[in-house]
Amino acid sequence: MGGGIGLQSEAGREQMFSRRTLFVGAAQGGLALLLGGRMAYLSIFEQEKYRLLAEDNRVSIRLIPPRRGWIVDRNGKPLAVNQPDYRLELIPEQVQNLDETLTGLSQLLRLAPDELSRIRKAVEDQPAYLPIEVASGIAWDDFAAINVRLPEYDGVQPVRGFTRYYPDGSGTGHLLGYVGAPTREQYLDADRDPLFLHPAFKVGKDGIEKTSDKKLRGMAGARRVEVNARGRIIRDLSTLNDTPGDTVKLTIDRELQAFAARRLGPESGSVVVMDVWTGDIITLVSMPAYDPNAFSDGISHKEWNALVADERNPLMNKTVQGLYPPGSTFKPITALAALAHGVKPDDTVFCPGSYNLGGHRFACWKRGGHGTVSLDKAIYQSCNVYFYTKGREAGIDAISDIASKFGLGQSFSGLELPNQREGAAPTPEWKQKRYKQAWRVGDTLNASIGQGYVLMSPLQMALMAARLASGRAVTPRLIANPKAQTPAEIDIDPEHLARVRYGMFLTVNGPGGTAGRSRLPIPGVEMAGKTGTAQVRRITAAERSRGVINNAQLPWKFRDHGHFVAYAPFDEPRYAISVVVEHGGGGSAAAAPIAKDVMTFMFAPEIAMKSLIQLEAAWNMVPQGPPIDTGQPAPAPEPTATPAGTPDRDA
Amino acid sequence: MLNSTLSERLRSLPWLLLLTVLALGTFGLCVLFSAAGGSLQPWALNQGVRFAAFFVMMLVLSQFNLTFWIRLAYPAYIAVVLMLIGVEILGAVGGGSQRWLDLGIIRLQPSELMKLAIILALARYFHYLPRIEAHRLSSLVQPAIMIAIPMGLVMLQPDLGTALSIAFGGIIVIFLAGARMSLFVGGGVALAAAIPIAIGFLHDYQRRRILIFLDPEADPLGAGYHITQSKIAIGSGGLSGKGFLSGTQSHLQYLPELHTDFIFATMAEEWGFLGMLFVLACYVIIVGWGIGVALKCKTQFARLLAMGLACTLFFYIFINLAMVMGFAPVVGIPLPLMSYGGSAMMTAMILLGIMLSIDRQHEERVLGEGPSSL
Repeated sequence: MGGGIGLQSEAGREQMFSRRTLFVGAAQGGLALLLGGRMAYLSIFEQEKYRLLAEDNRVSIRLIPPRRGWIVDRNGKPLAVNQPDYRLELIPEQVQNLDETLTGLSQLLRLAPDELSRIRKAVEDQPAYLPIEVASGIAWDDFAAINVRLPEYDGVQPVRGFTRYYPDGSGTGHLLGYVGAPTREQYLDADRDPLFLHPAFKVGKDGIEKTSDKKLRGMAGARRVEVNARGRIIRDLSTLNDTPGDTVKLTIDRELQAFAARRLGPESGSVVVMDVWTGDIITLVSMPAYDPNAFSDGISHKEWNALVADERNPLMNKTVQGLYPPGSTFKPITALAALAHGVKPDDTVFCPGSYNLGGHRFACWKRGGHGTVSLDKAIYQSCNVYFYTKGREAGIDAISDIASKFGLGQSFSGLELPNQREGAAPTPEWKQKRYKQAWRVGDTLNASIGQGYVLMSPLQMALMAARLASGRAVTPRLIANPKAQTPAEIDIDPEHLARVRYGMFLTVNGPGGTAGRSRLPIPGVEMAGKTGTAQVRRITAAERSRGVINNAQLPWKFRDHGHFVAYAPFDEPRYAISVVVEHGGGGSAAAAPIAKDVMTFMFAPEIAMKSLIQLEAAWNMVPQGPPIDTGQPAPAPEPTATPAGTPDRDA
Repeated sequence: MLNSTLSERLRSLPWLLLLTVLALGTFGLCVLFSAAGGSLQPWALNQGVRFAAFFVMMLVLSQFNLTFWIRLAYPAYIAVVLMLIGVEILGAVGGGSQRWLDLGIIRLQPSELMKLAIILALARYFHYLPRIEAHRLSSLVQPAIMIAIPMGLVMLQPDLGTALSIAFGGIIVIFLAGARMSLFVGGGVALAAAIPIAIGFLHDYQRRRILIFLDPEADPLGAGYHITQSKIAIGSGGLSGKGFLSGTQSHLQYLPELHTDFIFATMAEEWGFLGMLFVLACYVIIVGWGIGVALKCKTQFARLLAMGLACTLFFYIFINLAMVMGFAPVVGIPLPLMSYGGSAMMTAMILLGIMLSIDRQHEERVLGEGPSSL
């Protein structure tokens, strides 16, 4: 095109220009066609694909975490509910400038430095599309103020949700447990359900919340929302509501539970109340307890460390995880073993204050001895020497056999509580297996009075009392079941049971009973019970000859545990109770009065409340602080109690 | 001509072209109105005023004589080169790169004006070049320098897209002026060979854009985001679009630069394939008219100028459309007559004004001075 010759003349130049212009024009036309074709291809042939992509951009599915089911008591009163809660979430991938955003938010919300570092860590650790909780439990005023400022912060979104609320706080702490964010393992177990990554989704971590988690959980809902490129929600398109979790109805009585929690007051211990015919647990209190509400929106490190460090174990549910030597509360079992062995109730044993086994002295709690002791007196006076003697006659296998019939050494799969401990109803085989040592007669003597290898949880003590009262093989349960039937009788001679019950009746109501001051203040309602005191330290012979150091002079940790098991009414048993006061001193002084008040509350709440209010007034006057190093007297559970010399300490 | 009345002058204008420009400009305003979420602010009103002002300016420019343009060619070229240097100095003083001079009314981008100035200057050069020398290689040295200086300055800004369009305009004029064909074939081959080396000299973000262009889905949230979202906007519009004010990609801010470089995608989402065809047809009419003018011209200056300008306009349009549809890398070239922005609008209108002026005088055989008849 366009050789030198063409350029010789103006016409030639024009011709060549025209040729080249047409060439360029044709090329442009071709490119224009290409563009037109591309338009048609994109908007007509690939329209569906791009329409979906645009929709994908525009519409975002936001999970609505299900509201957790309520937990209610036997009368339908709420124990765990959901409270509306205003939260702020941050989606890292939509945040333009993390530092600026966090600075702004921390000014608005007064975020603590450790909160900020938690958020930063989450931003680093989590996939960037997942929302991170910035703050929860924001007051409405703050929430409104934040909403106004929010357009300045991309990737921050306000959320109205629910948090778990426990009206009774620590009183139901161990029973109900608490909720928290799912662990990574739980997320993987749930087939990577995205709900498990939602900051507002919580699973039960302990207690009923944990064991009934599946029932309480519910089904997530979803919100289809239109979002802009920054992830800000422009409007709602449609909503599929969540399905709240099922309500779980417990056998607990909310009032009694709260009363028992308050009645335990400053003590470290537990109260278990059980229906003797059904095994329904009416009260299950372990103190001191954490406040489950503190966990609902995440517990701070400081609070958690304080809980872990507390020597009174507020994180442990003592009712099923605490194991104690039952002490004398075990004696009804030894008595039944003796009766089954052929001992007559009126057979007597002489108690000189101690029992001699091959030169080794086994002491009775009463230094001067009980004199001549029959079965009834042995129970209500809690004579060790009688039970050393008769227990040895019956033998450890018989004792252990009876103990198993009363629930010792077992955990209860039907009971909806995690981490139950079984304790031990020891036998020679058990000792051989466990300690690789032979059983000795001294072990039998110790077991006869509920010391040595015998270990029980407070729940088992209550169950033992319930089975003693009804003679039925009831098993403990927490989930209400109106269709449940009264279980079969246990394989014990009813006459033997009646005899032991009578001894327990005298313990409270007879003259000289170890729990004589804990009679129920209600005419016609009598309680039958058994005190127990478990040593937590070894008392040497030397100390014994000098005189055993008074509990009040010992550091708190070395004081005896006080136990009491009982049921009422005596003639028509309905409720069994166990009270354990850790390091509270003797069972009759520390535990029985609590059992008395709790039992009173079942029949005459106003009387019990009066007593509680007086006690609480008295406790407030006691200086606060740990009683360990100071040697100060521990706050007495009943300040008006126990003139010295009254026989209220038993072995 | 100078004695004719205003009405005569108006009547002699190519009304199809003017109507097309008006239609396209007005349509662009509608799109800007929608892009702002159904509001005249911040773009549509501003742009409307500008469009009206520049439209009048275009009509005024159409009344200048060819002699004026050929006299203006070198001074304009030198002035724009000086402005480019000025921008460089301002940038160096102010720290960071700067592409515009703030004239108060508009921010003037000298590189935009250079697209016109280079055509003017080269057209003048070849107009006065004796015919017999047009074929010599030595006569291409000066044009090469004239292209290289502004191109280098614009590359420094750095603005690869504009630099390429300056080079494109210049080379087209050289080609049309009758330079040896073998040069272009050889040049094309050399260019293809040089591309890998050239990429090595690009800024990181420029190189990334080119790589992303080759595979936008490789990085849908990063640098490929522009292309991906633009294709989604265009594709999801379908045949007739989502309707005025109903584009989701644009209104929910998925589309970047929705009022400037990607205005075509904003439009396509709401008006669909039909809207795109309309815009394309308008541009075909405008560029086609320009080529027609070039073919009618009787002087070398006029025809080179007319075709060079038409090709520059085409280059603008094509690169922008190809970019938003995923055919070319994201280079940041606005769509003439539609994109928001004063500088680009002004350049396009001056370009059309000159073309109208040429069209009015395409019968002229002798320019006011110089050896045009050699």
